[in-house]
Amino acid sequence: MKNKAVKTEDKLSFKYRVRMDMKRNYPLYLMLIPVILFYIIFCYKPMYGALIAFKDYEPALGVWGSAWVGLKHFKAFFENPDFIRVLRNTLTISISSIVFGFPAPIILALLFNELRLRRLKSVAQTISYLPHFISLVVVCGMIKDFVSQGGIIYQLVTSMGGDSVGLLSRQELFVPIYVLSDIWQQVGWGSIIYLAALAGIDQELYEAAQVDGAGKWAQLFNVTLPGLAPTIIIMLILRLGNLLNVGYEKVILLYNPLIYETSDVISSYVYRVGFAQQNWSYSSAVGLLNSVVNFMIVITANRIANKTSETSLW
Amino acid sequence: MLKYKKTNAIKKSTGEKIFNAVNVLFMIVMMFVMFYPMWHVLCASLSNARLLSAHSGILLKPEGFSVTAYKLMFKNPMILRGYGNTLFILVFGIVINMIMTSLAAYVLSRKNLMWRKPLTLIIIFTMYFSGGMIPSYLNVISLGLRDSLWAVILPGAISTYNMIIMRTAFASVPETLEEAAMLDGASRMRILWQIILPLSKATVAVICLYYAVAHWNAWFNAMLYLNDRNKFPLQLVLREILIQNDTSSMVTAMDAGAGDSSFVSETVKYAVIIVSIVPILCIYPFIQKHFTKGVMIGAVKG
Repeated sequence: MKNKAVKTEDKLSFKYRVRMDMKRNYPLYLMLIPVILFYIIFCYKPMYGALIAFKDYEPALGVWGSAWVGLKHFKAFFENPDFIRVLRNTLTISISSIVFGFPAPIILALLFNELRLRRLKSVAQTISYLPHFISLVVVCGMIKDFVSQGGIIYQLVTSMGGDSVGLLSRQELFVPIYVLSDIWQQVGWGSIIYLAALAGIDQELYEAAQVDGAGKWAQLFNVTLPGLAPTIIIMLILRLGNLLNVGYEKVILLYNPLIYETSDVISSYVYRVGFAQQNWSYSSAVGLLNSVVNFMIVITANRIANKTSETSLW
Repeated sequence: MLKYKKTNAIKKSTGEKIFNAVNVLFMIVMMFVMFYPMWHVLCASLSNARLLSAHSGILLKPEGFSVTAYKLMFKNPMILRGYGNTLFILVFGIVINMIMTSLAAYVLSRKNLMWRKPLTLIIIFTMYFSGGMIPSYLNVISLGLRDSLWAVILPGAISTYNMIIMRTAFASVPETLEEAAMLDGASRMRILWQIILPLSKATVAVICLYYAVAHWNAWFNAMLYLNDRNKFPLQLVLREILIQNDTSSMVTAMDAGAGDSSFVSETVKYAVIIVSIVPILCIYPFIQKHFTKGVMIGAVKG
């Protein structure tokens, strides 16, 4: 009896709180209406639309009207030889980007930090940020031009011995071109966040280390890197969360049928199958699978970071 | 004191000096690598097309001098039309972005809001999970936005990441200011407009720049939704010329001698690149500081 009384009281107070909140904050909720509408129409409605992954989508019948087919499209994807290929390429490109692209801005920031010539430092920083501001289409246009026959990078590579096709027609070169151009474009920009973290390290720690007789290397490993660790971990989680999100816009701009074998990634595959072959349900299934796996990776990466250190995204 | 300085100097003279020299050398090489591609394109665009095709290796100055490529390029209506469409997207896009983002950020930064947590969760979830490319495409098409520039603007009205940065900034405005304004009878909209936004100017400027750069660079959604070539934003026009190698529309209309066309199409490409990055290079020195600040604002969030 007593329990029940408490419960109803709780309920009442909840209802009461809702009413009070509405009375006090209704202007805020009104302001939020366009925002909520945006998220419903452009984020949650496509999630509902992703149901076509489990159906044979007919545009005339709509999402709900099309016939259910269960996991047919997922099965078809797993049995398709393309599955291994796009998964392999996605992982290869992603992991090489992390292995080479992730440490690059950290190293650059450390080197910037050691520069004693102020003028050179600021000029070098400004120039290193510049490529970040060039649009992807133009960067890819430049890459294509430089590595095609007669281009400047083509000349450089073939002068060290090589054959006479454009470098983007050679399967084994796609990943290096992709990763190196990415580093070129983003390394300076990426270093900003580490420079900020470096500036936040207490200078007294360095003085104390010097008094203890620590050399430059000892200072690096015992003061600088531990000071950078939280930033590095956060950036790494963010990066790992995007493991399956290779920059498909760049892939689509750079690849060609000759090198699909090494350059076709999950998202570019979804794009091609969806738009070129109008295979809406199948490509949605592939995309949905990608989203779900990605989501799980983010959660896992965050949980691991949470356990191993105090740093996490949320 | 003197002794300390001396030992310090001795220490520096050994390994450190070498390191510093190598570091400076590295920086010079790095600057060259970062800057040369752009320099190369600039020189090539101003070169004589025939001389350029005969040239090999590094280009430190234009080969010959000719502005034919620029003349040809501006004869092409697509480039100017592309600029016009991009301008439309930038102006209307940013206005919508800023209104929507600040509304969301303001409401979600009010601490005494009962449904704040669930609403925030619903919104943040969309950062990590989405329906995917195809359902999003079918959704926009079903809204009847095909061949409309709004198809590029509306689906990106709020970037959740930017909204969270802005929310953090709004939350740091002292609550007492808002309470005082409420006592004076100010509405919530007015508080947002006259108190919160002016006090978060730096963040608002940074977010505005982020949106501007995103609109300027965007091409993928435009490619999906726009079939009408008159609606192409600049980046799609650039894609046609640079990626799909379609300079025919420009070069056929040219008045240079026959037989030169294959050479000239090469320099036209370079001219196009230059014309597309010049606006950014012009404003870059002024906005660079804000951008660096923005990265740090984003970093505080974690």
